[in-house]
Amino acid sequence: MSTSSTDKPSSTDKPLKQIHLAAHFPGVNNTTVWSAPEAGSHIEFSSFAHLARTAERAKFDFLFLAEGLRLREQGGKIHDLDVVGRPDTFTVLSALAAVTEHLGLTGTINSTFNEPYEVARQFASLDHLSGGRAAWNVVTSWDAFTGENFRRGGFLPQEERYSRAKEFLTTAHELFDSWRGDEIIADQATGTFLRDAQAGAFIHQGEQFDISGQFNVPRSPQGRPVIFQAGASDEGREFAASSADAIFSRYSKLEEGQAFYQDVKGRLARYGRRHDQLLILPAATFVLGDTDAEARELAHEVRRQQVSGATAIKYLEHVWNRDLSAYDPDGPLPDVDPIPGENTIALGRASVRQFRDPLAVAKEWRERAEAKNLSIRELVIETTTRQSFIGSPATVAETINEFVQADASDGFILVPHLTPGGLDAFADTVVPLLQERGVFRTEYAGTTLRDHLGLEHPDAEVPAGRAAS
Amino acid sequence: MSSSSSSLPASPPSSAPLHLAVALDGAGWHPAAWREPVARPRDLFTAGYWADLVAEAERGLLDFVTIEDSLGLQSAHFLEPDGRTDQVRGRLDAVLIAARVAPLTRHIGLVPTVVATHTEPFHISKAIATLDYVSTGRAGLRVQVTARPNEAGHFGRRTIPPFGLGDLDRPAVRELTTDLLDEAADYVDVVRRLWDSWEDDAEIRDVATGRFIDRDKLHYIDFEGKHFSVKGPSITPRPPQGQPLVSALAHEHSTGAPFRLVARSADVGYVTPHDTEQARAVVAAVRAEQDAAGRTGEPLHLFGDLVVFLDDTPAAAEDRRDRLDALAGYAYAGDARIFTGTPAQLADLLLELRADGLSGFRLRPAVLGHDLPAITRGLVPELQRRGAFRSSYQADTLRGLLGLARPANRYAAATA
Repeated sequence: MSTSSTDKPSSTDKPLKQIHLAAHFPGVNNTTVWSAPEAGSHIEFSSFAHLARTAERAKFDFLFLAEGLRLREQGGKIHDLDVVGRPDTFTVLSALAAVTEHLGLTGTINSTFNEPYEVARQFASLDHLSGGRAAWNVVTSWDAFTGENFRRGGFLPQEERYSRAKEFLTTAHELFDSWRGDEIIADQATGTFLRDAQAGAFIHQGEQFDISGQFNVPRSPQGRPVIFQAGASDEGREFAASSADAIFSRYSKLEEGQAFYQDVKGRLARYGRRHDQLLILPAATFVLGDTDAEARELAHEVRRQQVSGATAIKYLEHVWNRDLSAYDPDGPLPDVDPIPGENTIALGRASVRQFRDPLAVAKEWRERAEAKNLSIRELVIETTTRQSFIGSPATVAETINEFVQADASDGFILVPHLTPGGLDAFADTVVPLLQERGVFRTEYAGTTLRDHLGLEHPDAEVPAGRAAS
Repeated sequence: MSSSSSSLPASPPSSAPLHLAVALDGAGWHPAAWREPVARPRDLFTAGYWADLVAEAERGLLDFVTIEDSLGLQSAHFLEPDGRTDQVRGRLDAVLIAARVAPLTRHIGLVPTVVATHTEPFHISKAIATLDYVSTGRAGLRVQVTARPNEAGHFGRRTIPPFGLGDLDRPAVRELTTDLLDEAADYVDVVRRLWDSWEDDAEIRDVATGRFIDRDKLHYIDFEGKHFSVKGPSITPRPPQGQPLVSALAHEHSTGAPFRLVARSADVGYVTPHDTEQARAVVAAVRAEQDAAGRTGEPLHLFGDLVVFLDDTPAAAEDRRDRLDALAGYAYAGDARIFTGTPAQLADLLLELRADGLSGFRLRPAVLGHDLPAITRGLVPELQRRGAFRSSYQADTLRGLLGLARPANRYAAATA
């Protein structure tokens, strides 16, 4: 991790934490504004290269890619109001390794619709080809809807998704560790290429996987990719505390961030891990202006772009669980009640699970809309998440630093609302202010993503799963 | 690029320019290649090694490179691990290597091997589509199956019983290999359908209605087969070439299944005749399968695969081969003919085989550090002098280099 010569003491004697920053490629949800004139392609490689180069110019820790394995549908039809379509994660990250030198490359890869041998090969290969910059955001799913695109279909009961994810990750670690790193001698004179004919040998017998053989990718620069976890459930937190190097969380407000931070870091001791072995990195959005007032105006404009009338109706359907297309987004909320029970209108969307009691939500929203005289669209704009950081570069830099120093996070994964230039202004205006404060690197101190994140190489720990055979 | 249907004849005229590809694998195809001073065996797992190889191939104006891959360690045995420590073992994922070099090159096609047997057609379809995006239209794949029991054990999803080379005509083995190849044909069918599952103009960004796509231009593929069913559409829009290149290596077998895979699924088939008579027979056999598959007259390149030792004199090439065989401890032989000689002699041979109906060649350099530059700096100028090879790149896509039109979208045609 970089140190700075301009460190200034804070009010307490606690040393200033160094902030970690990452760039999230804009996703396939309504945070991303595709309708603006400056909104570029979401699929051409040039857009990915632009964001990655901006992030590297700003000395960010890594770039982050999300993934979903089936196009979203609502009411049995492919959802058409947000950005649709994205590239294959591994392929685009490997290509980005060619146009960057230091930036970490984090890919979201599903543990349900993949097999450990193949995923371990891909991450080990990416780590080799990027010189030690690979990271894996382990996500789970169980739904038969996504399963329709895969050999196994919807084979996994919901309650087993974390046990599969845990065993998947354990198995992948056994594969990564099946090469120690000293096997390849390649002595041209004696003709010995491998020191050990058993290099890569592994055996894994478990509930989810019963596999054995030899892994065919030699140990990569980082040993194992950096592991991210993204779920906020109790099971997800426990999974992260036991197995992850970083959490991609959604708590970008100060108090809830602090509560989450305390909770998860408090679970580490149970697994014999230190506080600095798990980083908490919430997703955060931002709107910058020359002044705070200008930023607030811009932020409202962006919210209107993000929530069109059609998007507001679709959002309401998540709660109502019924077709609301006949309603006017500029009119009052529906007088009919939501259909209770399993949500059938927005298949394959994790977000609908946040509405545990749709009848109560509908009642509360109706009351709020009536009290403030809000239309459907205005209510959705007010209800759904506003940007995390709004203000002048100085305000945003100050706020981010306060969050991190107050242990609400260890940094942020920034989600620009525009592709590909949505991070440019942040890189040019906010990052220098953080650097001046001595809380963000001015140069990369190391070459691997583990170096950037201050994480130990796994060889510093006891290798886990090298099976005898 | 022209959108009219290709008029590539089933058998190219004997004066048509040749197409040349190079097959990249480790330090080269000879098992002792890594021991040559020119080899870089400690660099095999670095991006720089692969970038240098592909840059050299592009300097020679080659049509494309293929990159070998497998779901287990390399082995000198037919289907079993060999436990050897004196040859290159271990490799990187071929699709990721191709993606890593794509932004560093501009014209050459990138054709990684993909194994259909244990993997997901949905994942591979979007991976190759994405390779097509990151290379702006230069992607392809080489589809391969695996009957290795140890590789099946890496996935634990099916058991493949062991068998030997001598068992290939046993009924149970014939059934297994035919099933693997038919699965691969289904796999390619799914991959191709997913590439077409978005029409080219599906993204509309209609601000007035708030719609990013016209969902009527996205299509479920609803594929149901013996080994998998896939709903679609892809999560990745139709790639720049529409259909990236599909290729496969096929050997003669009494079931006809390998040639059937090429005939049913491929744009380029790699075949391994050892002389002109075999070349004529192989070409006739694949063309017959092509007719049987209902693809009569559709463009299907047949490339001859050759392992090459190239030197300034025939004796030097033979000496080098002998020296490497001695280092390996056995005389290297494989499915493909091994050529030793000068670039001019190789040019003679390629032009002779062209007359038998092969439209190109995939050369397997015995030692990449030696024989790849011998191809790009020796063979290519020789063929250019004879008017049989391009003197500059004249297309922006891999399909374009191979004279293949950008295909219409099967789903768009159905609804137009």
